[in-house]
Amino acid sequence: MFPEYDVIVVGAGHAGCEAAVAAANMGSKVLLITMNMQTIAQMSCNPAMGGVAKGQIVREVDAMGGYSGIVTDHTMIQFRMLNLSKGPAMWSPRAQSDRMAFALKWRKMLEDNHSIDFWQEMVSSIIVKNGVVKGVRTSMGIEIMSKAVVLTNGTFLNGVIHIGEKRFGGGRAGEKSATGITEQLTELGFEAGRMKTGTPARIDGRSLDYSAMEVQHGDENPTGFSFTDTPRLENQIPCHITYTNEKVHEILRTGFEFSPMFAGRIQGRGPRYCPSIEDKIDRFADKERHQLFIEPEGRDTCEIYVNGFSSSLPEDVQYKAMTYIPGFKNVKMFRPGYAIEYDYFPPTQLQMSLETRLVKNLFFAGQINGTTGYEEAACQGLIAGVNAHLAIHDLEPLVLARSEAYAGVLIDDLVTKGTEEPYRMFTSRAEYRILLRQDNADIRLTPLLHKLGMHNLDERMARVEEKLKNISLIRKHFTETGVSPDLMNGYLRELGSAPLNQQVKLASVLSRPMVSMHGMMDAVPALKHYLSAFDDETLNLAEIEMKYEGYIQKEREMAEKMSRLEDVRLLDSFDYHKISSLSFEAREKLSRLRPRTIGQASRISGVTPSDISVLLIHTGR
Amino acid sequence: MLYSFDDTIIAISTAPGVGAIAVIRLSGSRAIELADKYFKGKNLQKAASHTLHFGQLMTKTDEILDEVVVGLFKAPNSYTREDVVEISCHGSPYIQQQIIGLFLADGVRLATPGEYTMRAFLNGRMDLSQAEAVADLIAAESATGHQIAMRQMRGGFSDELSGLREELVNFASLIELELDFGEEDVEFANRSQLVELLEKIIHTIDGMIYSFELGNAIKNGVNTVIAGRPNAGKSTLLNALLNEERAIVSEIAGTTRDTIEEVLILEGIRFRLIDTAGIREAQDQIEAIGVRKTFEQASKASILIYVFDVTECSPEQVHEDLEKLNHPNEKTLVIANKMDLNPYAKPENYAIGSVSVDNIITASAIHKMNIPYLMSRITSLVKSGEVTAGSTIISNSRHLESLTAARESLHKAKENIQAGVTGDFIAMDIRNALYHIGSITGKIDVDQDILGTIFGRFCIGK
Repeated sequence: MFPEYDVIVVGAGHAGCEAAVAAANMGSKVLLITMNMQTIAQMSCNPAMGGVAKGQIVREVDAMGGYSGIVTDHTMIQFRMLNLSKGPAMWSPRAQSDRMAFALKWRKMLEDNHSIDFWQEMVSSIIVKNGVVKGVRTSMGIEIMSKAVVLTNGTFLNGVIHIGEKRFGGGRAGEKSATGITEQLTELGFEAGRMKTGTPARIDGRSLDYSAMEVQHGDENPTGFSFTDTPRLENQIPCHITYTNEKVHEILRTGFEFSPMFAGRIQGRGPRYCPSIEDKIDRFADKERHQLFIEPEGRDTCEIYVNGFSSSLPEDVQYKAMTYIPGFKNVKMFRPGYAIEYDYFPPTQLQMSLETRLVKNLFFAGQINGTTGYEEAACQGLIAGVNAHLAIHDLEPLVLARSEAYAGVLIDDLVTKGTEEPYRMFTSRAEYRILLRQDNADIRLTPLLHKLGMHNLDERMARVEEKLKNISLIRKHFTETGVSPDLMNGYLRELGSAPLNQQVKLASVLSRPMVSMHGMMDAVPALKHYLSAFDDETLNLAEIEMKYEGYIQKEREMAEKMSRLEDVRLLDSFDYHKISSLSFEAREKLSRLRPRTIGQASRISGVTPSDISVLLIHTGR
Repeated sequence: MLYSFDDTIIAISTAPGVGAIAVIRLSGSRAIELADKYFKGKNLQKAASHTLHFGQLMTKTDEILDEVVVGLFKAPNSYTREDVVEISCHGSPYIQQQIIGLFLADGVRLATPGEYTMRAFLNGRMDLSQAEAVADLIAAESATGHQIAMRQMRGGFSDELSGLREELVNFASLIELELDFGEEDVEFANRSQLVELLEKIIHTIDGMIYSFELGNAIKNGVNTVIAGRPNAGKSTLLNALLNEERAIVSEIAGTTRDTIEEVLILEGIRFRLIDTAGIREAQDQIEAIGVRKTFEQASKASILIYVFDVTECSPEQVHEDLEKLNHPNEKTLVIANKMDLNPYAKPENYAIGSVSVDNIITASAIHKMNIPYLMSRITSLVKSGEVTAGSTIISNSRHLESLTAARESLHKAKENIQAGVTGDFIAMDIRNALYHIGSITGKIDVDQDILGTIFGRFCIGK
């Protein structure tokens, strides 16, 4: 009934979908298996894509040929560029999505790809022969063979949902959990752990009084995520902001004794940055109110997501507390918030390619690795899909450096240090964040993937080349063209910047704080005329590259120095306990985490510079 | 940053302390070029490998620092397989420090322990069995390092550093809070609060850097020069301080024609007391050399003890001498000697110009009068400032280097905040500072700490 596939992807969430298209667009024949074809690319939690650090990841996924950016651009209902008042590295795109349209568009894009087949069933185990994965076995006992398998099981592995004292198996509200895989993998020698996350109630928008809330509109000039041509967003839908109060907190407290978290029924670690409302009240008792974002779930539905009100308290407590929130007096609930516990596999068991160390050609991506977030899952899925394809052709895996992509930071963090709580990306996790901007994701990554043979990148690659050419033209113009004081000084005085005494190059004016390219264009007609030939994206990139050149250069140098250490390999068989000149802590941590390179070792907390010196001596490179 | 192997490194290769000569070794791609820059003699860049060259090492201002012999070992025929320059100079710690300082200012870095050997290995000069031996050597070195670290821990260095690190992490978390959580409903620190916090942190580092002076004093001794007119009683004072007759003492003015150096230990601090020839118009050539040397010595001194005879010297003459000696006032003690011969002399009369009455100490060296008080004043000059008993003292020049680099990054951050630069760039400076502190403590992983602080202090999460 089934041919032998190149790659089988188990799970069709954000990681699974990206893994399937990545492998397919690299040239593999792919089978995507999901327990329910109606829930492909579900947004299980927040109906939103992007945000600080996450938006940069979506741009990266798009630059590498993934679909998340394109799907989001087609189906968003609101777009904002966050952090515009901060430096360019902090600008972060965020979209409010139409949940149903998002899933539908994803499914359509998958179906349009003829290298992808579909099968609806639960996978109960993988087939392993001589340490190599050979396919999967389904709950009906069907064996489907493949050269590689990507597991993207999300929160489904032995998922247990908690609402107050009630608990039941499930991978998502209204969906069954998956069983069998954890047990089999543990038997094969994998270590499994338990994590917890939560989601707020969904409510009826018709029951809300928006006049009691603040309104939050999208950007006046919305852009988007994809580097390809996607439709411009029209008719944006606003979100609203409201707050909890003492009365709400008081009612919530009455439910504390039934809380599965406080009572200890949930053992798994939850994310600190995504606490439930009861956690916030408990930990920040002196805070009188907490902000809530009232987010529409789509254009054609009245369903509302209550962002900030994640809870696993009994449903009646959740409901009663909500009625005291301004604008919520007559609230009707569609379903209560809940907490979910699920299995994950500590990601230190992976290689940088996301292939497991134990079983060849078996890849993990997404929440199974202890991460959280659609964007985090999507980028892992893409990398796993690409590397599954490369692995079956015995090619070197794609490993992104920390200075190349947030995706590189994420995987390096996971594999090198592991994670104790659901891992979410923050810009502060990236030491080279000035390099990892949303505006240059295509320049950073498209050429890499294009060279590897990703089929659908020709258009994006041509644009990158065009952009690079234009940026160097603009740069040349700025460094070679002078500007006279009488043209420039009016603008400079306006900014409170010292006036010019003599003609200087345009570049030296641009490098001053507060001076912007657009301000200079307005002051110098000839410049405006020259730059009118270029599009906004190119101008923006050129401005950033010139204006912050010093900082960019500094980070590049640091990254290059670091990369020498990244090239020094550490063998898996290395016995750290035998090296008495290592500190005790270093011996213990290195034995446990088994870094692949000296560079990774240097990032492990407790491994000191002198330990690194000793390691360098011992690596007979 | 720390583990770069393509930069040029420098270290003193001979044992610490004062020997007849010392060898300073440079290794790396710029070693020969930089040595040549300061070497007056043959063109080193054109000279053959494995050759020795006599010449003078010049300062940046083209003054002679020392007469040296330079050995050239060109890559790959050297210990490290890189270009190596060995400078044999005179053994004075002062000269050694000056030479090292010269190259550090040109971007050369101090070598880490065992780094020459490590480079030798990494550049393929040794095989694995040899390298194993080297690893043991490094282990031995870190055992000593461990002892030093333990000692420093008792001195509170590590406590203070972790306190400092915590403050920096706090600061970083305030900056990062705005960057990663700008959408959250939390209160952000305003710019003046941030500057205030930064100033506090810089102040802490300043204190630690200042303490290096004391740490260094404990290790290498404080250069203390006794100067004054002939027959003011300098040698007698030296003897009184040492409690023994060392210097040639006589009533004939000009007895001390050369400088005499003695070691005095006060409250655990080594003072290198240098007795000098008297300041006056020299009567003969030998004495002229002595007088010139006095000024030289005084210019290098950490502490200057100026002695004058209350029965002979006018306030104007004292003032004139001190002008000529030109030593920082806060590191100068003025001794009104021979008070026994003129008990009615008023020390405050001598407080003119930059000399304050507090710095004038009455004494009679010959009767050992007021000597204990003088001793306490000498020690207090070293221990003044931020350093008090029980506080942290750093004595390691690598630590000083890291702290100075950290301070530089923090100053940059402060400037940037005041110039209205956005948080992401300020965060870069703070991370640099944390990195430098981390190179002392070994704690280099900061993002977890920063995020932990943010989640601990602010209610984050929609």
